[in-house]
Amino acid sequence: MAIDPAKSLKELETPIIELEKRLNDLLEFSKRTGVNLDDKIRQLEDEIKFVVRGIYSKLTPWQRVQLARHPNRPETTDYIRLIFDDFIELKGDRYFADDPACACGLAKIGDLKLFLIGQRKGSTMEARLKYNFGSMHPEGYRKALRKMEIAEKFGLPVISFVNTPGAYPGIGAEERGQAWAIAENIFEMSDIKIPHLSIIIGEGGSGGALGICVADKLSILENAYLSVISPEGCAAILWKDSSKADLAANMLKLVPEELRKLGIIDDIIQEPAGGAHRNPSKMGEILKNYIVSTIKHLQSIPLDKLLERRWEKYRNIGKFIEEESAVAGLY
Amino acid sequence: MGSTKNDQQVHQAWFKCEKCGNIIYYREFKEVLDICQSCSYHYPLTPQRWIDCIFDEDSFEELDRQIASVDILGFAEQINYSNKLRELRSKFEQNDAIITGTVELDSQTAYVGITDSRFLMGSMGSVVGEKISRIFEYAHDAGCPVITITTSGGGARMHEGAISLMQMVKTSQAVRKYRSNGGLYISILANPTMAGVMASFAALGDIIIAEPKALIGFTGPRVIEQTIKQSLPPGFQTSEFMLQHGFVDMIVERKGMRSMLTKLVDYLWL
Repeated sequence: MAIDPAKSLKELETPIIELEKRLNDLLEFSKRTGVNLDDKIRQLEDEIKFVVRGIYSKLTPWQRVQLARHPNRPETTDYIRLIFDDFIELKGDRYFADDPACACGLAKIGDLKLFLIGQRKGSTMEARLKYNFGSMHPEGYRKALRKMEIAEKFGLPVISFVNTPGAYPGIGAEERGQAWAIAENIFEMSDIKIPHLSIIIGEGGSGGALGICVADKLSILENAYLSVISPEGCAAILWKDSSKADLAANMLKLVPEELRKLGIIDDIIQEPAGGAHRNPSKMGEILKNYIVSTIKHLQSIPLDKLLERRWEKYRNIGKFIEEESAVAGLY
Repeated sequence: MGSTKNDQQVHQAWFKCEKCGNIIYYREFKEVLDICQSCSYHYPLTPQRWIDCIFDEDSFEELDRQIASVDILGFAEQINYSNKLRELRSKFEQNDAIITGTVELDSQTAYVGITDSRFLMGSMGSVVGEKISRIFEYAHDAGCPVITITTSGGGARMHEGAISLMQMVKTSQAVRKYRSNGGLYISILANPTMAGVMASFAALGDIIIAEPKALIGFTGPRVIEQTIKQSLPPGFQTSEFMLQHGFVDMIVERKGMRSMLTKLVDYLWL
């Protein structure tokens, strides 16, 4: 099936939603009347699967950014419920406030004790407002760092979930040193003496994401992205037109496969057919297995080796040539 | 930016201050280190000019000037990053938005990195990230202080995508290694220092000095205004604002920079 690159994700999803509505009607009718519609139902289910696969496997980068921002996409609060057997939230940065945009706390999967740091967006409007749509303030970054130091002290591996459009652009955020908060976090995380697995579960919005994701392994869900600037912001700068975000999304190489080619992302985690929002519990299960095996692997690496590898990874990111020819000589 | 204008003004005897409109005589202007004597606006300096203004005469030796950016993402179709780079390189006779090297400050050797706002707004891509990381490594080996001067409105350079973002980690961990081994790092924030540069190495100095009235912060003021839909208070995101909120150690005027750096190095290093 050909996908129209100009269509928004919402438009693309319309036929699926219609098919699903028909399926529901059939199921209800069959249940209510006792008429056997199994063949018809199976046929429709197959058709839905086919359409879903056709649409979601051929999305453009911009459509995938929209998928990463999908209102029904599971987010940190969902994953806390779906993945962990226990979660004790620890709040506050001890200086200024508690930033609800970032959840921090003790978490358990079976016997595996972890420290969770997760940017949360919320799934209802009320929650979204409370969590500031996933945009952290400096106190959030300071909280995350303070809690990571607790994890370091007591030997708990850190798992972080990245999902933010970016660090919050506001007056208070600047007054309290947004740039300094992010810089300090990067500075400390680069050498924190505990295994750290970071997973981008939706939006990896620039410095706002980086403030919690300097890790031994940086992984990403199939329909998540990481970018230096939002496609809209990039388009506004390049062409003074934020509606050209689709072009910018192409250029920025922000989708998982491209990021892996650039040496930034370690693992890409597959989502259920059609994206995480179509089957959150399955997504939770996939993530749970991935987290358990990856953390165990990181724990098996001696700490000095782990820190060396973390350092090496970031030391080597960058592409340049070393040539005299371009320069005429300054002094 | 002022510096580009200044290039055009080289052939004129005088020009009007872009901030206050006062008449400035070009020769005098150069003698007072590119500062308007009427409103004390500090015009942006090129890296070469910074070196001349602060450090011992003829002491600068450039390092790694051969490192050049490449078009990693293939930004070609829309804006042609390669051509842009080529044009800027030949115009400014340097490969990217930074000059690094060694200088003498009152005969004490120091490693310096100075970003250049004329070159894609002093933004940090692979080259800036690599050259900054290297000076911290060299300085560690040589046992010398590091001084950076940033004029970077552009933050992480979008033309190199997420690679630029990762330069924030690369440079920050270089600072960490250097500082944790006892190194002295002084960061000078000139006008403007924003976004990815401010949120990485520039914020990580043992000592942070700002130039008067520089624009300093994370998010650009226009984006903040659009987000919160109100106008910003006067003086927002200036050096003075950051000093008041506790994020810089001091504001030093350009003409006092050399003597302040000398004193700091004397107290902390010698």
